[in-house]
Amino acid sequence: MATTIPEPPKIEEPRSSGGNSGNGGFRSLVPSDGNLRAVQDYAPPPSKTGIWVALAAISMTFAAFTSALIVRQGAAMDWHHLTLPRILYFNTLVLLASSLTLEMSRRRVAVFMGGTRNFDLNPARWLYVTALLGVVFVAGQYLAWLQLRSEGLYLATNPNSSFFYLLTAVHALHVLGGLVGLTYVIRKLHRVVLRRSTLDTFSYYWHFMGILWVYLLLLLWMKL
Amino acid sequence: MHDMSAHAAAHQGPPTSFVRKYIFSLDHKVIGKQYYGLGLAAVIIGMVLSWLMRIHLGWTNYPIPGLHLLSKSGAAGDVMTPEFYLQLMTMHATFMVFFVLTVAPFAAFGNFFLPIHVGAEDMPFPHFNMMSFWVTFVAFCVMVSSFFVGDGPTLGGWTQYAPLSAVGAVAGPGEGAGVVLWATSIAIFCVGQLLGTLNFIPNVLDLRCKGMSLWRMPLPTWAWFITSCMGLTAFSVLMPACIMLILDHVAGTSFFVASNLVINDQLQPHSGGSTLLWQHLFWFFGHPEVYIAIVPGMGIISHVLITNMRKPMLSHRVIVYSLGALAVLSYMVYGHHMFVSGMNPLSSLLFSFPTLLITIPSTILVLIWIGSLYGAKLRINSASLFALGFISMFITGGVSGFFLAQPSIQILLHATYFVVAHFHFTMAIAAIFGIFSGTYFWFPKMWGRMMNETLGKVHFWCSFVGVYCIFMPMHYLGLAGNVRRYQAFVVDYMQPLVGVHRFITIAALFTGAAQLIFIYNFIHSRFWGEPAPDNPWQGTSLEWSTPSPPPHDNFGGRHVVVYHDPYQYGVQSSTGDYVMQDSPEQVQTAHEEP
Repeated sequence: MATTIPEPPKIEEPRSSGGNSGNGGFRSLVPSDGNLRAVQDYAPPPSKTGIWVALAAISMTFAAFTSALIVRQGAAMDWHHLTLPRILYFNTLVLLASSLTLEMSRRRVAVFMGGTRNFDLNPARWLYVTALLGVVFVAGQYLAWLQLRSEGLYLATNPNSSFFYLLTAVHALHVLGGLVGLTYVIRKLHRVVLRRSTLDTFSYYWHFMGILWVYLLLLLWMKL
Repeated sequence: MHDMSAHAAAHQGPPTSFVRKYIFSLDHKVIGKQYYGLGLAAVIIGMVLSWLMRIHLGWTNYPIPGLHLLSKSGAAGDVMTPEFYLQLMTMHATFMVFFVLTVAPFAAFGNFFLPIHVGAEDMPFPHFNMMSFWVTFVAFCVMVSSFFVGDGPTLGGWTQYAPLSAVGAVAGPGEGAGVVLWATSIAIFCVGQLLGTLNFIPNVLDLRCKGMSLWRMPLPTWAWFITSCMGLTAFSVLMPACIMLILDHVAGTSFFVASNLVINDQLQPHSGGSTLLWQHLFWFFGHPEVYIAIVPGMGIISHVLITNMRKPMLSHRVIVYSLGALAVLSYMVYGHHMFVSGMNPLSSLLFSFPTLLITIPSTILVLIWIGSLYGAKLRINSASLFALGFISMFITGGVSGFFLAQPSIQILLHATYFVVAHFHFTMAIAAIFGIFSGTYFWFPKMWGRMMNETLGKVHFWCSFVGVYCIFMPMHYLGLAGNVRRYQAFVVDYMQPLVGVHRFITIAALFTGAAQLIFIYNFIHSRFWGEPAPDNPWQGTSLEWSTPSPPPHDNFGGRHVVVYHDPYQYGVQSSTGDYVMQDSPEQVQTAHEEP
């Protein structure tokens, strides 16, 4: 039966910004010199959704590596014990510390946006520390590879060493990608304006790298 | 919400330089056309390769003039070696599956129309979108380059089963550098498609215009969204598999190669790898890939049919739910490709059950299409004919799927032409018909000119009849025990089948030649076709609310507001028997879903 549908437009409320980003106003911009500019930050939701899409893809990639490791372990009797280089534990602390320093930076940004124009709270300083810790982490991973190499364990020596190099290298590549992102964030902060959403999106990625590394360390520790 | 999409477009501004406008463009419409061009190039390569294979199968020792140009070692004297036949077959499948069936219906049409369908000015991350195309283009170039490196491209089939794919040149021509290039190209391709999903998913979730609720999205957009979710998980698994395959080649690791393997009298320097591991990783990607190829086509032909029926489908929502069910189930059925791999028989049973289950959403879709067509006064044009062809191909291929889903029958038919017929009908030809349907339907919007309808109909009938002549007899070849991937008929029982093969070859050449009609029509219409009106098919979705072709920001600065469900046909409005989605006009309708 025909009915008359008045059909007012279904206006959807913008999704809740959540956290500290996406308030849609100029207050979400953080210029390095402390001068707020009247430019609006429209676009946090796509960047937030986008970073979750990217993290989902990275998770699936490492899930595939994990299942490969488990299947390969059960496939043959050539699985040997591999003692993890001790420097990995130091590297773990470094990466976790970098997450903390990143949060320090975000705190500074939050205080800044709360209206306190305190120039001593330069968020860039903590971003530099984060970047430095990231570089130290990658260098530390390289030292771990050198240590295995000195023990005669190369990529193709046995399946354990293959998976060790593979998983740590792919993770280190992602951390290097994060460092490129961090360089972009710092550059934005100094040269133009940094969107708060950009910083938040980057922080999701960086924290995820830390969580992923702890997972990988546990996996390598248990399985290799 | 439109503010955000406005931001996306404002962020770019209209390009002025040639490079920014046509080459490294950030405009989703240009990127969509670039993807379409890439798909067209790949389909021509893939089709020519299939012709060469078919000619060889029909007349095994007949020299094909100029064949030696493709491979000196594989085609000395213009006669194909068995290895070269397998190389052509592998490349045919690779180009078709990755660079045509993934690129054209998903990346090309999706890029062009998804933002317009949801009322956005562009994709949320235009730079990533541009990278997505160019990364895919690099993957394409790497794949093409394998023809000119060493002893040619890989011969391992598009599935690249280990261990032969992982041991290097000892396994045959192309198994050295050819496989490395293949795996490198596919890994790069995965990155390109993941960058695509990075745009598609947030575009649907975050950049819809005012009034565009999820249920008001047209069916192709739903299909592209669901395909993006599948691609996200499938390509991110294939990429690590390719990395491990490359390492087995170049670094001497043993992920996929077992111990004590002797190939061509040479003991392989590998130990302990799992050959089944590759199959698991590959098919976890491979089966969803089948649906990545076909689901966009389902959305496109639904859209085309609705517009030409002038009434909505029996249920918009059930179609969306069915597409979603296909996506979820596609991950649970992948083991049906491995029934004869030596898997635990219980695993076969576990994979068989969801394989039979997946026929339910497929059947629901077909019933909705046919049920909606029943009693409809369908406008017969090139687009609707190809949409009907899609349904026909999907049903034909689907019916043979019932046989193959059961392990006891599949073991008999495994790796025969029956399987070749099945997957060509369901995922290949059906998807290609979906692409043709979309092309005839959207050409006016994409290029601003109409295609020639008469040529389009001739193209359809030649293709439709030709395709059935090619693939229907393959069922009989399979039942007669003709194993696929044999390049000659050296066994006595195959001799009577040579005549069938010759018939198929003639049909393939005829059908391929018929595609020249399409290419002529495409090029001629692109430059000299009749200028297209904004809404040539009296459609209701947002792409018909813009000029043909749409301006840089899609809607000319207008903030679109959507008032209606996507398919308001069969109503009485000021424009006729339909009301556009962005028309505020109140109409009397019997089709609104609750």
